[in-house]
Amino acid sequence: MSLITRPRPDIAWIGRVNALLRYGVLIGVGLVMLYPLFWMVAASFKPNHEIFGSVGLWPQEPTMDGVVKGWRTGTEYSFATYLLNSFAFIIPKVVLTVVSSVLVAYGFARFRMPGKQLWFALMVATILLPKSVLLIPQYLMFREFGWLDTYLPLYVPCAFATDGFFVFMVVQFLRGIPPDMEEAAVIDGCNSLQVLWHVVVPVIMPAIISVALFQFMWSLNDFLYPLIYLSSVGKYPVALALKMAIDVTEATAWNQVLAMSTIALLPSLIVFFLAQKYFVEGITSGSVKG
Amino acid sequence: MYDNRLSGYLYIAPFLVGLATFTLFPFLSSFLLSFSDYQLQDPVEQARFLGLGNYIQMAGDDTFHGSLGVTFLYVFLTVPLKLAFALFIAFVLNFKLRGIGFFRTAYYVPSILGGSVAIAVLWRYVFAGDGLINQVLVWAGGEPLNWLGEPAYALFTIVLLRLWQFGSAMVVFLAGLQNIPTDLYEAATIDGAGKARIFFTITLPLLTPVIFFNFIMQIVQAFQEFNGPYIITGGGPLKSTYLLPLMIYEEAFKYFNVGYAAALSWVLFIIIALFTIIAFASAKYWVFYGNEREEGE
Repeated sequence: MSLITRPRPDIAWIGRVNALLRYGVLIGVGLVMLYPLFWMVAASFKPNHEIFGSVGLWPQEPTMDGVVKGWRTGTEYSFATYLLNSFAFIIPKVVLTVVSSVLVAYGFARFRMPGKQLWFALMVATILLPKSVLLIPQYLMFREFGWLDTYLPLYVPCAFATDGFFVFMVVQFLRGIPPDMEEAAVIDGCNSLQVLWHVVVPVIMPAIISVALFQFMWSLNDFLYPLIYLSSVGKYPVALALKMAIDVTEATAWNQVLAMSTIALLPSLIVFFLAQKYFVEGITSGSVKG
Repeated sequence: MYDNRLSGYLYIAPFLVGLATFTLFPFLSSFLLSFSDYQLQDPVEQARFLGLGNYIQMAGDDTFHGSLGVTFLYVFLTVPLKLAFALFIAFVLNFKLRGIGFFRTAYYVPSILGGSVAIAVLWRYVFAGDGLINQVLVWAGGEPLNWLGEPAYALFTIVLLRLWQFGSAMVVFLAGLQNIPTDLYEAATIDGAGKARIFFTITLPLLTPVIFFNFIMQIVQAFQEFNGPYIITGGGPLKSTYLLPLMIYEEAFKYFNVGYAAALSWVLFIIIALFTIIAFASAKYWVFYGNEREEGE
């Protein structure tokens, strides 16, 4: 009875301690987690002896040596080549993924057809299928095509909506949108492709951006596929160039390798901070709504 | 919703072609290859049928047994720890605090970057003999440890790399927590339920769909971990981080034993499939889809 009306100073006090505890945990965990990243960035501007000598971040003798030498790399190509190589297959990959995922998701979400349940179930099953069980026959197949040491094996499959996760994401998004506008457009005489382009695509733009961003990030991080398909160093993407760098410069030039790692992470970081809400929406759309 | 079957199939045609060419065909091929002695450098026609030869070889292959054990250890360590930690932080974050957005972003960054070679390279230096961790240990008055050289510690470093990426699971948990209607909490409080009771009777049951989703995704991903062991430890020392995906890769592309590698990949597939099937079959006993409105198509 009086529990609600009488002021309870101890509750306010408990609330403040609670908030303090939460901040303490959050800041502590955050610092421990992010410190290696800060350390990496700082090490890029330190001379090597200093990296081993102190746990602090701020360089005592700041130098661009690591960045400059790292950028030149120990190979006949500069790091710019490897960055461009990465983009040479990531851009087609992203474009093809977006186009094929949207078309297929539109088909699944808006058309009645026999066998749809089965195909949809198979698509979801491919999300859970481990890639390593497909890796070897895919390699043999692309070898028969004469595609080894080209970027084709890395992006051509994306034209066929092979990443079920992205189709699923767009389908989930489409299911949340009432088809009223589309029906109105049909009555006005649009065919389904015109409806897709003029009505659906503008509405599902957030989902499209999420798909593009996730595919961009994952492709930048992708290592195994370039590793098996590419053999000439001149075609290496950043991921393979970095692996090569630690094999070559292992013990000596930490600042060079860490500087290149920092640069390799920059595209992901920039894209993430510009568009972080799409990541959060994208990653939660498949799980919470579904 | 259109009734035109033909155009429906035209829209999903790319998927059907892709499914047949890049998924089903390789899937069945690797099954067939797993019964052959095929070597990578030979023309495919030269593959000979071995029957169960590769699988029998596996039964006596100590490297395989070791790899299998390490893989299970890795998965059983990373998945529960990562989920528990992600859930814990999501709880701490799910509170009217200033700067929640900032923390959520900060914790999510490692998930975005964590799969990259750059981070694996960083990990190597963080755990190297005179790397960051040992420097901190010495600075704090402790003894440096041989992280990458001791079998017991080496696995720990790649486990930690996965735990470090708890952010994506946390974001999903947080969205799930924020989806729980607040009037349920209010009703329970008025009825006199304590904090623990509210957690076990409201929060946890309503969160089970999200836990289920995260669990499946984490299991499937953890069984496929490749970059960490390949780049940070190379599978060593003494094969203590020789996860199954790494063994499959080396058998196929280093030793050219494609038939044997295909058999290994099928074992990995069956393990993952079993876990997924058990999870889905058990879902009806513990995943609670209570008040959710059914979404019609």
